[in-house]
Amino acid sequence: MTVADLKEGEKGKIVSFTNNKLALKLLEMGCLPGTEVKLDHKAPLGCPYCLTIGDNYQLSLRKSEAETILLT
Amino acid sequence: MKVALIGNPNCGKSSLFNHLTGLRQKIGNFPGVTVDKKVGFCRINNTTDIEVIDLPGTYSIYPNSLDEQVVLEVLTNQNHPDFPDMAVVVVDSSNLKRNLLLFEEVNDLGIPTILALNMLDVANEIGITINTPKLEKILGVPVVELNAREGIGIEGLKLIVFKNAESLQVHKNKELIRTEYQFASEYIKNKFGLKTSYVGLQYLVQNEKLSFLNPKDRSYLSKMAEDLKFDSDKFQADEVIERYSDIDRSLEQVIEIEEKKNKTLTLSQKIDDILIHKVWGYVIFLGILFLIFQSVFSLANYPMDLIDAGVAVLNDFLKTFLPESKLTDLLTDGLIVGIGGVLIFIPQIAFLFAFISILEESGYMARVVVLMDKVIRRFGLSGKSVVPLISSMACAVPAIMSARTIGNWKDRLVTIMVTPLMSCSARLPIYTILIALVVPDQKLWGLFGFQGLALMGLYLLGFLSVLLAGWVMKTLLKTTERSYFVMELPTYKKPRWNHVAYTIYEKVKTFVFEAGKVIVAISIILWVMASYGPGEGFSGAEQRIKTNFSNLTENEIQNKIASEKLQNSYAGIFGKFIEPVIKPLGYDWKIGIALITSFAAREVFVGTISTIYSIGADDSDESTIKSRLKNEVNDETGLPVFSVATSYSLLIFYVFAMMCMSTIAVVYRETKSWKWPLIQLAYMSVLAYVSAFFVYWVLK
Repeated sequence: MTVADLKEGEKGKIVSFTNNKLALKLLEMGCLPGTEVKLDHKAPLGCPYCLTIGDNYQLSLRKSEAETILLT
Repeated sequence: MKVALIGNPNCGKSSLFNHLTGLRQKIGNFPGVTVDKKVGFCRINNTTDIEVIDLPGTYSIYPNSLDEQVVLEVLTNQNHPDFPDMAVVVVDSSNLKRNLLLFEEVNDLGIPTILALNMLDVANEIGITINTPKLEKILGVPVVELNAREGIGIEGLKLIVFKNAESLQVHKNKELIRTEYQFASEYIKNKFGLKTSYVGLQYLVQNEKLSFLNPKDRSYLSKMAEDLKFDSDKFQADEVIERYSDIDRSLEQVIEIEEKKNKTLTLSQKIDDILIHKVWGYVIFLGILFLIFQSVFSLANYPMDLIDAGVAVLNDFLKTFLPESKLTDLLTDGLIVGIGGVLIFIPQIAFLFAFISILEESGYMARVVVLMDKVIRRFGLSGKSVVPLISSMACAVPAIMSARTIGNWKDRLVTIMVTPLMSCSARLPIYTILIALVVPDQKLWGLFGFQGLALMGLYLLGFLSVLLAGWVMKTLLKTTERSYFVMELPTYKKPRWNHVAYTIYEKVKTFVFEAGKVIVAISIILWVMASYGPGEGFSGAEQRIKTNFSNLTENEIQNKIASEKLQNSYAGIFGKFIEPVIKPLGYDWKIGIALITSFAAREVFVGTISTIYSIGADDSDESTIKSRLKNEVNDETGLPVFSVATSYSLLIFYVFAMMCMSTIAVVYRETKSWKWPLIQLAYMSVLAYVSAFFVYWVLK
């Protein structure tokens, strides 16, 4: 399962990433394996997504980017 | 002494900067790039001033955009003019773990560092308490508590900066370097005379991004990386993970967490329910845009009228009191009219930037990016292009500069190329005067003024052409570069009014001095060109009229003389020279002069028209200009020059034409080549010419 599979309001825990370059950026921004991710909103046209990372701050990314974050 | 402020985006760094420097700040450029450099001076005690540099916000020293690149270059190049003697790393205490990543990296670079714990109130609110003295002990650097928003703790920070300035020292923690790279990094450190091995390691990992290295050193370093079979992505990932576990170990000892609901975040999520709503999201966004337009156009009118009247009064006053001479003419009709043409824009620019900065301050701009991303993505733009596009309703120059936050080169280039098509405030006076000339001052259903609707139509036309041009460029440009959209959404906040005020002050100042210089210079040149001419044609004008039209009244003769003189002046000759080119668009040589001069900046158009029609007359009141334009008759056909067809043709021309030297200059700086500004100039000129031609022949 990836972040892109979450429904609005659902949560998951980060396991790993499938895109190395993007993973670097996400790691820097505090999306570490084990961190809880909640999907707050999808933008009206289904993309981008708004996430809450670790009940700490909000992040926005595109659907294609959400697909690279694997969850448990 | 130079102190750099470093921190994540939204950590409160700019608040701190404003508190430290107040109005003693200026925005410049880092050498070679057009990333805004905010520098200011701060008095830290009775005798000492320090220079404070506000570096762009970043999550680490591994850059993803031009902004972040600057942070890397300033901090790793000891010969950089902005290389700091000391760094204040500002962190958001409510998200300490992530924020400390950057702190550790900066610290390992060997720059004496102070840690500023900001937003402790937010941290406390969500149940986090930090043992500051213990943190100080573990990190080995001074730690200061701060509330930059409220301005609390600033004096304490100044004191610590002052104390540490006397004996600059680097912390003695061991740098985070894996054993396999220790030899190489140590070697580079000695070879380049660097402060720490970690900097040496950066030279190895990121040598492509360090533009200050000479090509020889760079190829040496990349060869070395190759020999070591260095995988920089893996290295970076490992480093981040190791640092985080190191930070975890430190934080365990100093942080106490009592589970509490994150109220600020919850509130932001609730507000998002409405502002990113499928229907309301767009309705509210359009509503806000509408509100901005209404205020910019209606509210700004009052101060603009005042400025207009003030300039006119001053001009009349000088004309009455100064002796009649060429010099007085130059001062009044040339210089003061020119300066008036600059000042009159101040209210609109101030209003627009006030709104834009409120949108950014409140955190709403980030939501607009989210709302618009998918809508405009198919047109070669990114959600992040929305900020430049909205800003360019004020002025394309800062708008194009703000496009640098777009990490992807293609997205950024397309944004830069289409941004000037958005109608900027300089087009407004042209729109206003021409619309007033041809659109009836009546109301649709007794509610919406036709003139206002026409104005909105022109702005809409600009926006549609942005999409079209974006789509064309997207189809033509090929790229393999992957771009990331990932962006932090700041929580909603009350705008800090002092920040809004600083932004307005800064933008108005830049406009007055930068654009002002051009406009004033053009006005003077124009006055000279319109007041002098070569040979008999110009000098004999008065005599010719007097002999040929002796039956007219004194007033009519004076007007005839003025017009005959203008025709034979340098400006007139120039206008006549280009007349064949612009005739198909329905313009005569007088409009030609205005077109030429307004190439420097669009706002010059109205100024030129008013200068051309005010030469020989002593009244430059706008209403009379309007009536003069209306009464202006073509010598050959006997029909009004500003017919419906010509006026609309001019309007359309100005929607599309790239008439702004400052924009060309800034595109050159941002793209670092003449190729793009020239392509932009060409496509916009063709678009303008063809559309204007089409409109003229349809309406004729």
